[in-house]
Amino acid sequence: MTAHILSAPEASLVHHEDHAEEHADNAVFGFWVYLMTDCILFACLFATYAVLRHNYAGGPTGKELFDLRYVFIETMALLLSSFANGFAMLSLYRRERATAVLWLIVTAALGLSFIGMEVNEFAHLISEGNGPNRSGFLSSFFGLVGTHGLHVSVGLIWMTVMMGQLIFKGITPAVTSRLQRLSLFWHFLDIIWIGVFTIIYLMGVL
Amino acid sequence: MNASFFLGKLTLAAIPYQNPIVMGAVVTACLLGLLLMVWITYQKHWAYLWGEWFTSVDHKRIGVMYIILAVVMMLRGFADAIMMRTHQALAEGMGQGFLPPEHYNQVFSAHGTIMIIFVAMPFFIGLMNYVVPLQIGARDVAYPFLNSVSFWLTAASALLVMVSLAVGDFSQAGWTGYPPFSEKEFSPTTGVDYWIWSLQLGGIGTLLTGINFFVTIVRLRAPGMTMMKIPVFTWTILVTTVLIMLSFPVLTATLALLTLDRYFDMHFFTNGMGGNQMMFTNLFWIWGHPEVYIVILPAFGIFSEVVSTFSNKRLFGYVSMVYATIAIAVLSFVVWLHHFFTMGAGADVNAFFGIATMIISIPTGVKMFNWLFTMFRGRIEFTTPMLWSLGFIVTFTVGGMTGVLLSVPGADYVLHNSEFLVAHFHNMLIPGALFGYFAGYSYWFPKMFGFQLDEKWGRRAFWAWLSGFYLAFMPLYALGFMGMPRRLEHYDNPVWQPYLIAALLGTALVALGIFCQGVQLFVSIRNRNALRDTTGDLWNSHSLEWSTTSPPPFYNFAKLPQVQALDAFAHMKEQGIPHRATAPFAPIHMPRNTGVGVAMGAFTFAFGFAMIWYIWWLAVVSLIALLVTVVMRANDENVDYTLSADEVARIESNGLPHSAHAPSTVGAPEGVAGEKHNRPAGTHDLATQGRE
Amino acid sequence: MKKIWLKLLPFLWLAQSGYACEGDCGNSRWAILDPKGPIAADEKTLILTAFGLMLIVVIPVIVMTFAFAWKYRASNQSATYTPKWDNSHLIEWIVWTIPAFIVLALGILVWRSTHDLTPEKPLVSTLKPITVEVVALNWKWLFIYPGQGIATVNQLMLPAGTPITFHITSDSVMNSFFIPRLGGQIYAMAGMQTELNLLADTPGTYQGLNTQMSGEGFSGMHFEVRAMTPQEFQGWVNSVKKGQLKLDGMHLKQLEVPSENVKPVYFSGVAPMLFESILQKYAPDTDPTPHHDAPHEHTAHATELKINRMTP
Repeated sequence: MTAHILSAPEASLVHHEDHAEEHADNAVFGFWVYLMTDCILFACLFATYAVLRHNYAGGPTGKELFDLRYVFIETMALLLSSFANGFAMLSLYRRERATAVLWLIVTAALGLSFIGMEVNEFAHLISEGNGPNRSGFLSSFFGLVGTHGLHVSVGLIWMTVMMGQLIFKGITPAVTSRLQRLSLFWHFLDIIWIGVFTIIYLMGVL
Repeated sequence: MNASFFLGKLTLAAIPYQNPIVMGAVVTACLLGLLLMVWITYQKHWAYLWGEWFTSVDHKRIGVMYIILAVVMMLRGFADAIMMRTHQALAEGMGQGFLPPEHYNQVFSAHGTIMIIFVAMPFFIGLMNYVVPLQIGARDVAYPFLNSVSFWLTAASALLVMVSLAVGDFSQAGWTGYPPFSEKEFSPTTGVDYWIWSLQLGGIGTLLTGINFFVTIVRLRAPGMTMMKIPVFTWTILVTTVLIMLSFPVLTATLALLTLDRYFDMHFFTNGMGGNQMMFTNLFWIWGHPEVYIVILPAFGIFSEVVSTFSNKRLFGYVSMVYATIAIAVLSFVVWLHHFFTMGAGADVNAFFGIATMIISIPTGVKMFNWLFTMFRGRIEFTTPMLWSLGFIVTFTVGGMTGVLLSVPGADYVLHNSEFLVAHFHNMLIPGALFGYFAGYSYWFPKMFGFQLDEKWGRRAFWAWLSGFYLAFMPLYALGFMGMPRRLEHYDNPVWQPYLIAALLGTALVALGIFCQGVQLFVSIRNRNALRDTTGDLWNSHSLEWSTTSPPPFYNFAKLPQVQALDAFAHMKEQGIPHRATAPFAPIHMPRNTGVGVAMGAFTFAFGFAMIWYIWWLAVVSLIALLVTVVMRANDENVDYTLSADEVARIESNGLPHSAHAPSTVGAPEGVAGEKHNRPAGTHDLATQGRE
Repeated sequence: MKKIWLKLLPFLWLAQSGYACEGDCGNSRWAILDPKGPIAADEKTLILTAFGLMLIVVIPVIVMTFAFAWKYRASNQSATYTPKWDNSHLIEWIVWTIPAFIVLALGILVWRSTHDLTPEKPLVSTLKPITVEVVALNWKWLFIYPGQGIATVNQLMLPAGTPITFHITSDSVMNSFFIPRLGGQIYAMAGMQTELNLLADTPGTYQGLNTQMSGEGFSGMHFEVRAMTPQEFQGWVNSVKKGQLKLDGMHLKQLEVPSENVKPVYFSGVAPMLFESILQKYAPDTDPTPHHDAPHEHTAHATELKINRMTP
């Protein structure tokens, strides 16, 4: 009777060996759950934008402010960085450390150029007197786009740390799990950006 | 570089030393804190506290710390309540009370914020921390370190609220902080910033806890525990974590937008310039209404455990209970507008939200009936936890009725913003949440510390609380019908005054109840040897937490239990299945204690304080420190260890690993705790059989 | 407006006998339960009806709690004891459906009453309604009578029996406009206009107030409502018109300065479109800074938000 009620010692040992992997598995699952909560945060910001999108307070409209070509290039940079990240993950699974680091560098460079373009756009708007304090519309624009930019920046810091870990620690289960999570995060931000691009820029200009 | 660079807006004038009431509170709080520290130093407990508690990643230790935090904050929140009740009892006609309006407004704002965010939340999070992993037969939560971080974030934000007493002011905008009143234009002081940052940082801690426990319950259940074998308390926690994950990001976003308005002159909720104040109201309650269920559902779970245990009967309608819980959670997201029917949304919208609100009363009513039918044909023991539950059922029903009344838009038009509303939500939250937590506290206390709480003082506390509640809040219902609005600092209507004096007397009775609880704790600790629980299953209960020793070893289960039925432990006892592990043991993988959580809490506090006072350098430094801490933690490979099989065997044979609360239990007389004599013959023997 | 089926409900006697007005009915103790207008009367009826319907569930629950707790106490060894009994389809069926039916009844009640009592719905009357424009200020109420060309602060004069349409906004934070004995309240919000329709049945003096905490002067932010005969009202309007004080932009600026426990003030004239200009000041498309050349063709924008839409 006892044997089938309490797990046998052998079973426990097997369980222990699997522990690291199981732990990593839980981490990815938990991170996925976290991303869903982040999704709700963005949903609130999208809703805010939807409510305030015409509250110009006598200020400029999206049509007057946005340069679709510029934003399209920005978008491409982010989308390509997601591709690069995908290649980094493929190299990781093939246990090619150097290639993985290289692809991560490409990802980060593209991500950095995305952020650079965004900062440039923001600086331009603010210098022309169309900063976030100009109107409700611009507040919600800066709020949503800025929050996304902040996420990408955090992702870049994380990516830098992971390159270090990959170089100094190698492809350990913990590092793999973290890279999996980073990859999820990066793709997630891509999806959010597609929403931003469509709803703010495309629908704002067209 | 001048002082304003180093100190931001902070000057000596921020300390309200000209206000004797505030300074009295500050000095008292500081003195008490100092006394505690002196005592700890004198007893040389610092190393123990640091090593065993502050740095602990053990869910049981963290749970106890959460509960202590909740109790401390409850005393603060209750002090606010006494001040409000006293003031309103005096402030009629020529009487001016003793608080100026700007202070009175801070008191009710702090009371609401503290009671919801820093009492109700940490109290149930503490109980769930302690109980859930034990109930599902797990060794810890999914992310033990994150659990420690969550706690220290909550503690840091609670400290921020306490600091607002001594340095600067607190928000005057109520716990809901509606703009445009909470905007810089109308509230230029740091008060609203204290409110924002304490809610924001504490909210992030809560969100992390929500994710942690969701993953824990979904992934770490003992083998055999299918979804419909999950104990009902854990079920309510699972649903609560889903509510947390869905609603707290909304709070985060809303507060962030208000922050942007206040700090960067943006226009999300401002008057004019394209701001929209109604959006805040909507967003706030999209979080705020589920929040009500977040604090109430866990209490429902506790009542289910308690009513079943002390009726000595299986829970009636388990499946129904589970679906009712889920239904309540789903519906809680489509009712937020009932908090502002008077905003002019139009008849269709108001009617929709009114009806949706009423529909929630159906699953809630089902739960009520299920508890009643659990008692039906049972053998009810009137222990303290059971008394809290019975008090809850009767009182909550009254509150539910007034709630349905308020959900009728036409009725709400005249009752909104009145004392009736104040009475209603206290009538939900005091029995619905607090009584549940008190029931859980006295129910699981023996599991936590190895001895039972004194029953006599527990009963006294219950009766004082219950009668105090009725005396304090029934007059407020009447005042609502008299047209008295909430949050009045002064009034010119002698007819209201007697009711407010009655309410004050009610508050005094509640104070007596709290005093009794203090005495209960003191007496119980003094008589702990007589109140010792040697069985681990003091109440003859049904779920897995009772299959361990009291308190459980830090790894909870030497071997993970196999679950074969709902009420897994009751099933083991009935079938005579041994529930304590025997040799040979296997090594156990455990997380190491770490001070990183404490450090992150400290940096978070520094960051919050810096943001509130515009001390930008400190904000940047503390943010960088937080980042560096996280990165260092990520690079630390030495975060866990393996407890050898021999060590497990030694701990299992010696009884308990941590000697602090549990000296050897060998030889303690069986059945000293008076309650056990009331048990139906035979059942208790069954409980101990497996172990012997 | 009263529905016959509402009247038929038997527990209405509670309303009549239990809460009869005591002594001075002008300053009744039970403001909500002693209505002086049709809206307030309907709201009271609604409260009592809903209350009665809920007692169908509430009373059994409370009685069962005491009965079960007493009968199945552990010391009563003679009571039936079924420790394993944990399910009954019949009971489950009853406890889900009975509350559901009551909620169904309440739901119908809610749907109808909400549409009847919705604040923007005009009252049916042979008399032409009077419009009063209400502005919440820190911490007093401004009442503009556009038809009469006068304005008052913290005193509201009404002809009894005539429907009153209130157009409400705020020149400050969110407030809530409420006259308990005449009926339901509604928020006053800057840049938005809400509407409330009320009627006083009989002449008398009632209290009006703000119920939404608005700062330090909140507690003193109430006003006297005096309902009088139409003749008296006309006489009062004429006497006010004889005064010297006219409400213009400059006086409004003075009123906008926060002040507490303000005594009533009468204005014999009001600058045209004053209420609209207050609304316009906070409209989402208004640019308050003069140097921007804003597209001002949207002047009607604020009023488009008449019954303000909820955010999605």
